[in-house]
Amino acid sequence: MDLSEIYTEIIAEHNKSKRNKKQMENPTVILKGRNPSCGDEIELALKVEKNIIQDASFTGVGCAISQASTSMMIDLVRGQTIEKAQLLIDTFLGMIKREITEEEQLEILDEAVALQNISNMPARVKCAVLSWHTLESAITTEEGKTSESSQSSH
Amino acid sequence: MSNNYVNDFPILQKTMNGKRLVYLDNGATTQKPLSVINAVQEYYASFNANPHRGAYELSVTATQIYEDAREKVRKFLGAEKTSEIIFTKNATESLNLLAYSYGMTFINPGDEIVISIAEHHSNIVPWQQVAKAKGATLQYLYVNEAGILTDEEIEKKISSRTKIVAVTQVSNVLGIINPIEKIVHKAHSVGAVVIVDGAQSVPHFSVDVKVLDVDFLVFSGHKMLAPMGVGVLYGKEQLLDKMPPFLSGGDMIEYVWEQDTSFAPLPAKFEAGTQNVGGVLGLSAAIDYVEKVGFSNIEQIEKELIHYAIPKLQQLPFITLYGCEDLSKKTGVISFNVKDIHPHDVSSILDADGIAIRAGHHCAHPLMQYLGVNATCRASFYFYNTREDVDALINALGRVRGVLGYGS
Ligand SMILES: Cc1ncc(COP(=O)(O)O)c(C=O)c1O
Repeated sequence: MDLSEIYTEIIAEHNKSKRNKKQMENPTVILKGRNPSCGDEIELALKVEKNIIQDASFTGVGCAISQASTSMMIDLVRGQTIEKAQLLIDTFLGMIKREITEEEQLEILDEAVALQNISNMPARVKCAVLSWHTLESAITTEEGKTSESSQSSH
Repeated sequence: MSNNYVNDFPILQKTMNGKRLVYLDNGATTQKPLSVINAVQEYYASFNANPHRGAYELSVTATQIYEDAREKVRKFLGAEKTSEIIFTKNATESLNLLAYSYGMTFINPGDEIVISIAEHHSNIVPWQQVAKAKGATLQYLYVNEAGILTDEEIEKKISSRTKIVAVTQVSNVLGIINPIEKIVHKAHSVGAVVIVDGAQSVPHFSVDVKVLDVDFLVFSGHKMLAPMGVGVLYGKEQLLDKMPPFLSGGDMIEYVWEQDTSFAPLPAKFEAGTQNVGGVLGLSAAIDYVEKVGFSNIEQIEKELIHYAIPKLQQLPFITLYGCEDLSKKTGVISFNVKDIHPHDVSSILDADGIAIRAGHHCAHPLMQYLGVNATCRASFYFYNTREDVDALINALGRVRGVLGYGS
């Protein structure tokens, strides 16, 4: 294993940057994601309005891989529709599982492609996917809420 | 410079990522010498049969091998009788046996079970189960800032309500040796039984159950050169005798009728089903090896290693050490953190240099919460480790922050 393939500059940078790591005022959904086996714990906050993720941020502790993965994910989904976020999640998880390998398909992941080599480090895969699974659950929660509220408004 | 022991361990000849393997995760499990590997292989090549069951020669031999190993463990622990040595699959199973058989039988509502904050989950969760089922209270002995259990804390927490005191002899996170004699003295004065988790002590220094006067002691073979899948429970005969079986089925019976069973005497009462005879033979070979090295030697080597490593670590401004104030009561375990870098990244980065350390919570969530840390790195030594291993660790640690773009 070549360390520089895993701990790339982009990952180091996102790990250090606190840009997306902050409390959010008035989020519409907050969800905790945990890796019990290693103690990583993040809290993801989303502000979803009219099917669009207006803002996203996170707090919590974790390794560089999980912190950077979360930060990159937030950059990607901010301002996107729920459907686009889901596509990003599917693509990212597909990349980590090596089910999606074509560059063209991975293009939408932008910087997050830097995490592709994590699939060579089985012990660290769960660090990379933690926030993405959390986002997926958060979206589901959010969708549940809107379908409920739209049902009740009918 | 490597020592001669290394030559006996095939895995330590391996390279990892093109580098010599520097194995510093002995707290999790130790490597196996060729003599242990050969013993297991020889068992299956030459002696395999189900012990206690056949009247043919192979079965008799297998039985002999199994019972000889029990006698070896008895001597090793200084127990009085072989009937006091129960084979299990690991320390965890031994502790569960005690919780479910002793705890569930003899704990009543309002009783207290005392454990320490430095326990491994395997000596916490089973007691939580007992306390919940029986309406008892789980009391904690807290360590001080240096990770030490003080006399005052022992005096304060162990009382007439205490029925069981279950403590680890050595913390798997800090390597600190607990004052078992004092705990036993206090516990016995209030009529409580003492269970000692010897998972991190038995492999590292001589433990004599009679000298300590502990009521029960458990350990895992795999942390002392033996194969995985073999553990030991020592218990005083009069206590084991009055406990009900934990698992039931074959081999642990005397007679079985349609509606009732009379149980076999000790130790068979607690050994239901076909046992891990090959593994037990491996444990026997492991004890031979450890005794050949000698505990005074093992202690000396580990002591030298921490006295060599800790000052070097203290010189690195970005390292925080845990439980390293007093090295006199400590085995070869060093817990630390690297400033700004999560232990998992430290571990992955060291791995690229062939260095294996543990990162995380070490199955001790309550201790980590108490220490106020989310996770730590842990380097844990055994007698086959060398100063060269420490040098490799120190060198590699110097590079960790740079990999993630931090200055040194
Ligand atoms: C102090 C202590 N107790 C118990 C155990 C459990 O050992 P095992 O997993 O072999 O049952 C461990 C192992 O990590 C330990 O360090």
